[in-house]
Amino acid sequence: MSAEKNTQEILTDFEVRSLDTVCINESTQQHPWWYNFKYLAVGILFGIVFVKAEIISWFRMQEMFRFQSFHMYGVIGTAVVVGAISIALIKKFKVKTIHGEEIHFTPKKFNKGQIIGGLIFGLGWALTGACPGPIFAQIGMGITVMIIVLLSAITGTWVYGYMRDRLPH
Amino acid sequence: MKEFLQQPWPWYVAGVLIGLIVPTLLILGNKHFGISANLRHACAACFPSNINFFKYDWKKESWNLFFVGGILMGAFIAAFGLPDPNPVVVNPDLMKELNTYGINDYTSMVPKQLVSWDALFTARGMVMMVAGGFLVGFGSRYAGGCTSGHAIMGLSNLQWPSLIATCCFMAGGFLMANLILPFIMKL
Repeated sequence: MSAEKNTQEILTDFEVRSLDTVCINESTQQHPWWYNFKYLAVGILFGIVFVKAEIISWFRMQEMFRFQSFHMYGVIGTAVVVGAISIALIKKFKVKTIHGEEIHFTPKKFNKGQIIGGLIFGLGWALTGACPGPIFAQIGMGITVMIIVLLSAITGTWVYGYMRDRLPH
Repeated sequence: MKEFLQQPWPWYVAGVLIGLIVPTLLILGNKHFGISANLRHACAACFPSNINFFKYDWKKESWNLFFVGGILMGAFIAAFGLPDPNPVVVNPDLMKELNTYGINDYTSMVPKQLVSWDALFTARGMVMMVAGGFLVGFGSRYAGGCTSGHAIMGLSNLQWPSLIATCCFMAGGFLMANLILPFIMKL
């Protein structure tokens, strides 16, 4: 009985977590918390690339949106090609995780948010010159005023959550 | 070697490395590349306020917080361990445009005259940082992801809704940079 109740709670929690997100944690395995340090390591590498390839530069974003530089198109385009080939290989060879778990993919459902929210995000992206990842990187490289941008972005997310039921989806 | 690493890295090196993050996270533990969800986890952890959207066990997503913690540390390492001594190279047309708004400081990755604690209390700085941040947070969650979740992870997995989202990100960006930003700069 208690196990059944437990399962019910986990399912509900999963449903809430799955709302409006593309990056839900799919793993059902339980690991000690310090296993998360492997993601810290990947993050460190990512942070170095962010800074050294100037992906976090306000100037590079402005050039991208004015078609004045190929740099950002090259970065995103190459990343998508490499990512797509990797995912195709993972699917074809049924590659498992290092813990022996099957790798899952969840198809993304279309809703109006991808259009309306996408446009709103784009406006903010060009204005701040940073999407969420670079905000963290800029704070890390000592541009401490970006903490204000981060707090503002968290506020924006909270307001979205507050208004969610009244917004077209 | 160090000097070689200090100069700005070309797009193909960065693109390949970022692309490889997608399979790395999947193989390390079935994790889908995405960053904006952390803003939601921050709300769920600190101000759930009985809002259904924030009532979930954010601790199950703590890997994502470690991931952004890593980005923060990596950026610190790159900025202080491998600093590029030269000013940022910027397209001359953009420099000419920015010059008309009084922006001519290229010593940082961001224009210090717009993005700094001093600029925060000017009208245009306030709009750029406070309003801009709000739009990023609101829009990315409304769209269900940001550049990493939709443009890189979603497109890599050939998801057409992510293609729509990516096109809208770009459309919003073009609109802001070319049509709205000139007015904000004059504030």
